[in-house]
Amino acid sequence: MNLKKLAIAAAVTVTAAAPALAELVVPSLTYRTGPYAANGIPWADGFSDYMTLINERDGGVGGEKIRIIECETAYNTEKGVECYEAIKGEGALVFHPRSTGITYQLIPKITADNIPIHTPGLGRTSAKNGEVFNWVFNYPTNYWDGASGAITHLLNLNDKDIKGKKVTLLYHNSAYGKEPIRTLELLAKKHGFALSTLAVDHPGQEQKSQWLQIRRDRPDYVLMWGWGIMNQVAIQEAANIRYPMENFIGVWWSGSENDVMPAAEKANGYKSLAFFAVNDDFPIYNDIKKFVVDAGKAAGAGNMVGDRLYNAGIMEAMLTVEAIKNAQKIHGTKKINASMMRDGMEALKVDNALMKSLGMENFLPEFEVSCQNHGGNGIVNMSQWDAAAGKWSIIDANIQSDQDIIQPLVDQDSMAFAKESGVTPSCVN
Amino acid sequence: MFYRESGEFKTSYAKDNSSFPIAADKVIHVAMLVIALLVVPFMINDYWAGAVFLPFLIYAIAALGLNILTGYCGQVSLGTGAFMAVGAFACYKIMVAFPELNMIIVVLLSGVVTAGVGVVFGLPSLRIKGFYLAVATLAAQFFLIWLFNKVGWFYNYSATGQINAPTREVFGFNITGAEATPEARYLFCLFFVFILAWVAKNLTRGRIGRSWMAIRDMDIAAEIIGVNPLTTKLTAFAVSSFFIGVSGALFFGVYLGAVEVTEVFGIQKSFIVLFMIIIGGLGSIFGSFIGAAFMVLLPVLLKNILVGQLDWPTDIAEHLNFIIVGLLIMVFLIAEPHGLARLWNVTKQKLRLWPFPY
Repeated sequence: MNLKKLAIAAAVTVTAAAPALAELVVPSLTYRTGPYAANGIPWADGFSDYMTLINERDGGVGGEKIRIIECETAYNTEKGVECYEAIKGEGALVFHPRSTGITYQLIPKITADNIPIHTPGLGRTSAKNGEVFNWVFNYPTNYWDGASGAITHLLNLNDKDIKGKKVTLLYHNSAYGKEPIRTLELLAKKHGFALSTLAVDHPGQEQKSQWLQIRRDRPDYVLMWGWGIMNQVAIQEAANIRYPMENFIGVWWSGSENDVMPAAEKANGYKSLAFFAVNDDFPIYNDIKKFVVDAGKAAGAGNMVGDRLYNAGIMEAMLTVEAIKNAQKIHGTKKINASMMRDGMEALKVDNALMKSLGMENFLPEFEVSCQNHGGNGIVNMSQWDAAAGKWSIIDANIQSDQDIIQPLVDQDSMAFAKESGVTPSCVN
Repeated sequence: MFYRESGEFKTSYAKDNSSFPIAADKVIHVAMLVIALLVVPFMINDYWAGAVFLPFLIYAIAALGLNILTGYCGQVSLGTGAFMAVGAFACYKIMVAFPELNMIIVVLLSGVVTAGVGVVFGLPSLRIKGFYLAVATLAAQFFLIWLFNKVGWFYNYSATGQINAPTREVFGFNITGAEATPEARYLFCLFFVFILAWVAKNLTRGRIGRSWMAIRDMDIAAEIIGVNPLTTKLTAFAVSSFFIGVSGALFFGVYLGAVEVTEVFGIQKSFIVLFMIIIGGLGSIFGSFIGAAFMVLLPVLLKNILVGQLDWPTDIAEHLNFIIVGLLIMVFLIAEPHGLARLWNVTKQKLRLWPFPY
């Protein structure tokens, strides 16, 4: 019985793995199920829809169609690794894991297999050092920029002085949630505020004790590194203890409509960091409507178009397509492979002229990738939720993160990794 | 006709006591082993190793371990995930502290450490039974995971709380790390599965196994005929935890390479392994294997059929996966409460009598 099952599995996978040639294969590791689905669905839809738009409107990139391979991970690292192993043989150009846990798992593997990985605003922050992490890209920004940006926003609110204020970090108890702690600790020392941290275990549905603690401590500000159901529960709990929403700041992954809607008008004033656009008034949306939605080709249920996390998908897809264009230009061929794709990503330059030509003016901060800098310039925005209007708006734009704190941390952490895994820092070729 | 004792004559006690008294059984097992050793390594790739063989082999060890405790000794445990975590963290600490040590010894030592922890958490079993014991082991599950997440020493104070397996070799072949070939990883796990299954088979049919079963079937009666419940229960916990620790070490070092304890070794791991032995068959070595195969391979198979062949949306396939696996579990439990191993036993009985059933 055991062998028979294996044999069936063998037959199925062998026939399933027949490669389709002359296409740009872009895997999309999604989570449309499980406790993180509320955030995973719009993200995956945005990514797929932008790629569909490129195929329908432009006939692909340079005449080559893009083929997306979706694989469901449920935000689970074991499934993520299985997806990676299953897809990598199909000529995948770049992986988008959309999970910091899966990213940490994949970094050694993709380095050995020479396939680039793109983790915009997530993943391992010190991968910004491209000399150590040749195949890992986390532009346009990262968690340490986010942590510093949030503190800078607080400084802006308090006439540059937050000495003695109490700041609590509420974080997802995982590699993702722990990312900003070191930066915040250094910032606390520098600016003299008191930092305390509260962990919320996966999946984050149970936060009564954490919010009791917050109610008792009465911190001046609460920062949140949350994801999935944890966001909705935290905002609801904050409303329950009548915590002032304008002092509650989430990272960019804790700021979608799905997160604030359940608390209705009580969520009014909740803030969240942002690096990609927070609403849908861009010309690109007209094209998405015309070529994708109205043509009945929208991904998923098609009801997420315009959601804030849908923009995350658009951003990711747009950066991928521009990198493919770059790679095609550099290598003079339409049929690029993963290592050509890496060159394209390392030569990527995104400015407002480019974004305007794509119908996405000011969608992202401008940045330029280089061998030394895989992570952008550390520009973030602060957005706030207006419950009555039902939309997000930017209240503090172009916040520059504190590179005096972050750059040494990046160097230190990436060099520690280099030493641990025997990497000699250098640029490819 | 093919599968029966008649015509096989045993002329010595050693032959009478052999692991596989029926010749056909021996032939089947040797053939399986030859395939596993000489055919699979030449066909395996990263996907087959990572998605099918490594999880199957490693879960089989965990299921063997839990089956010794729950199936043979009757002590229900919900702490499997935590004991796997003990194995994983022991493996990590030993790998980092003694870089020169052979990986085989590292894995065995991880098992020994887990056995020690298992004995400590097995102590309540001397006083409490059944559901109450299950709750006590559940406490172990939550306490150990909390500990590994809270105390920085266990993960060498890494910023993320993750542990990463450094590259280690056995006889010149990389076993851990990204450069390890699927063949090497597969054979390394197969080696442990073979040895441990052999040990389990012989333990369970000898004196120790019989005393476990005596405790399982009726502890008071067992005590009256001279079975010491203290040593019996604690040896069951020790041996079971050793197996589970080895599987945890392999799970971390060879299979995943990096582990975040709350995600990988949570309560759901305990349940998956428990399902494996319930579906496979409590108190059966073969059942541990078939249960592990069922729980590991079925989702992969369904995913490949629904998404790979039929091109269904991934989320619908994933949800269907839950429904189908859940339904099959219920159907099996109703149709065959003693697990898949029992089906195999019934088949064996039928084969023995064929073609003259009574």
